[in-house]
Amino acid sequence: MDTIQKRILREVADLHTVPEGAYNIRANGESAGRRSTANIEITSKENASGIDIRIKPGTKHESVHIPVVLSESGLKETVYNDFYIGEDCDVVIVAGCGISNCGSQDSEHDGIHRFFIGRRAKVRYVEKHYGEGDGAGKRILNPGTEVYMQEDSAMEMEMVQIRGVDSTERMTTAELAAGARLIVKERLMTHGKQSAVSVYKVSLNGEGASADVVSRSVARDESYQKFDACVTGNAPCHGHTECDSIIMDRGRILAVPQLEANDTGAELIHEAAIGKIAGEQLVKLMTMGLTEAEAEEQIINGFLK
Amino acid sequence: MMLELRNIRYDVDDDAGHVDILKDVSFAIGEGRFVVITGPNGGGKSTIAKLIAGVTKPTGGSIFFDGQDITPLDITARARLGISYALQQPVRFKGIQVIDLLRIAAGRELTAAESCDYLSRVGLCARDYIFREVNASLSGGELKRIEIATILARGTKLSVFDEPEAGIDLWSFQSLIRVFEQMRASIEGGSILVISHQERILEIADEIIVVSGGGISMHGPKDEVLPKLIGTPSALTGCDRLQERS
Repeated sequence: MDTIQKRILREVADLHTVPEGAYNIRANGESAGRRSTANIEITSKENASGIDIRIKPGTKHESVHIPVVLSESGLKETVYNDFYIGEDCDVVIVAGCGISNCGSQDSEHDGIHRFFIGRRAKVRYVEKHYGEGDGAGKRILNPGTEVYMQEDSAMEMEMVQIRGVDSTERMTTAELAAGARLIVKERLMTHGKQSAVSVYKVSLNGEGASADVVSRSVARDESYQKFDACVTGNAPCHGHTECDSIIMDRGRILAVPQLEANDTGAELIHEAAIGKIAGEQLVKLMTMGLTEAEAEEQIINGFLK
Repeated sequence: MMLELRNIRYDVDDDAGHVDILKDVSFAIGEGRFVVITGPNGGGKSTIAKLIAGVTKPTGGSIFFDGQDITPLDITARARLGISYALQQPVRFKGIQVIDLLRIAAGRELTAAESCDYLSRVGLCARDYIFREVNASLSGGELKRIEIATILARGTKLSVFDEPEAGIDLWSFQSLIRVFEQMRASIEGGSILVISHQERILEIADEIIVVSGGGISMHGPKDEVLPKLIGTPSALTGCDRLQERS
C-alpha cells in the first residue's frame, strides 16, 4: 500500500500497522491483505464481489478489521460482505471506508453488510467513513446494513462520518427476535455542499426486544441531511429513537422520526431536536478566553464525541 | 484602580418604548477587594456584570481595566486581559465533560490532580464529577459549583459572579457561602465582584455597592452600608430567601 492509502487506513480504522486478529484490507478494489484465525474465517465470495466472515460459536474477545481504501479517481464498486456470528460470541468488528479523490471523476464505494447474529452473541460494530482530496470528482459512500438478531443477542453499532464524504445514502435495517438488544450511535457532520441521508428501519419482533437509535449530527455550510428512523414494535418491546442536530450557516436538516406499534405491549418513544448553537454557550466559552470560532469548534467536538 | 466604570449609560428601545436600564453609573474597585453589588430586582445589577465582561456594550461611558480603556474590546479580549465572568444561569453543553471545561478555563492541559483540586475546593467529589458531561443530568447547584471551579481554574485578576446563589437549594447555598469565604481568604491581589442580595454574602464583603433605579444609591465599606440594608430586599436572610422561592 502507498502512503495515501496508509494514511486513510489510520483515519478509518485507527490502524498504524497490521491489526491483531482477523482482517481483510481492500484497496482500490483488490485485496491488500487478509488473515483468518482459528475462530474467524474470511473467504471470498464466489459469485459476487465481497467476503464471508464466519465466526465460530463461543468465540470471545476477538476482533475483525475489514477496512476499505479507495485512492483511485473514478473507481466505483459494490461489495457484499456477510457476517455469520455464532451463538455466545463476544466480538468486535471494525469496518470503515476512506476515499481519497484528487481526480475529476467520481469515486464510489457501496458496501452492503449483512449480519446474522446467533443466540446470546454480543457484537460491537464500528464503522467510520472519511473522505479527502481536492479534485472535482465526488466521494460517494452508500452503505447498506442488514442486521438479523436471534434471541437474546446484543449489538452495538457506532457509525461515524465526520469529514469529506460528498454524498451518502445509508440504509440500515434490523430485525430483532425475543430479548435481542440493539444500540445504534450515529455521529455525522456534513460541510460544503454535501448531502447525507440516513434511514433506519428497526423491527422488534419478539418479546423483550429493545432498540435505541441515537443520532447526533452537525450540518454546516450548505450541506443537507435527512434522518429517517422508523421503529416498529410487533411484540411487547422497548424502542427509542433520538435525533439531535446542530444546524449552522445555510445547512438544512430534515428529521423524520417514525414509530409503528402493532402490539399493545410495545413501548416506543421518539425524540428529535434541531437548533443552532446556543448563544449563551458561545458567550460562556468566550468569557474563558476562546474566540468565537474556537468556541464553536469546542462545542461541536463535544457534541459529536 | 483595577476596575473603573465612568459615567456608564445603558438604554434599550423595546416594545415598552425607551427604557433607561443604567442612567449614570460610576465606581471603582481596587486590588485585593471583595465587593458585593446589591439592590432590588430590576435595578440593573446583572447589566453591570454583563457590561464588565463585554457581553453587552454600554450606550455611553467607558470601562477601564488596569488603566486601559476596554470599552471597545470584545468578550474574548477582556477574558484574555484577566476578567472572568460566572453567569447567573450556568450553561449546559452536550458532550463536553467537566475536565474539558476546566482545561479550557485554565487555557492549558491540566493534570487529573489539578482538576480534582479545583473541584474539591467547590465541595465536589472530583472522582464523581471529572468525567461527567456538563449536561442536563447535573442539578442547578452542581452546575453552579462547576461554574465557580472554572473561575478558580482561570485564576484571573478580576472575577465577576452574577447571583451565584440563584437557582440552588438551601444546602448547596450553605456550601457556596463557605466557598466564597475561602476565596475571600485567599484573594491575594485579585479582586472579586459578586452580584447578590444575600445577607450572608454581603457579610463577607469589603465594600458594598447598592444599585437601584439604574443608578448607585450607596457605595462604601460593609460596616457602613450593611446596617442600612438589613430588613430591605437588598439584604435577604435565609428565611426571606425561602419565602422568595415559595
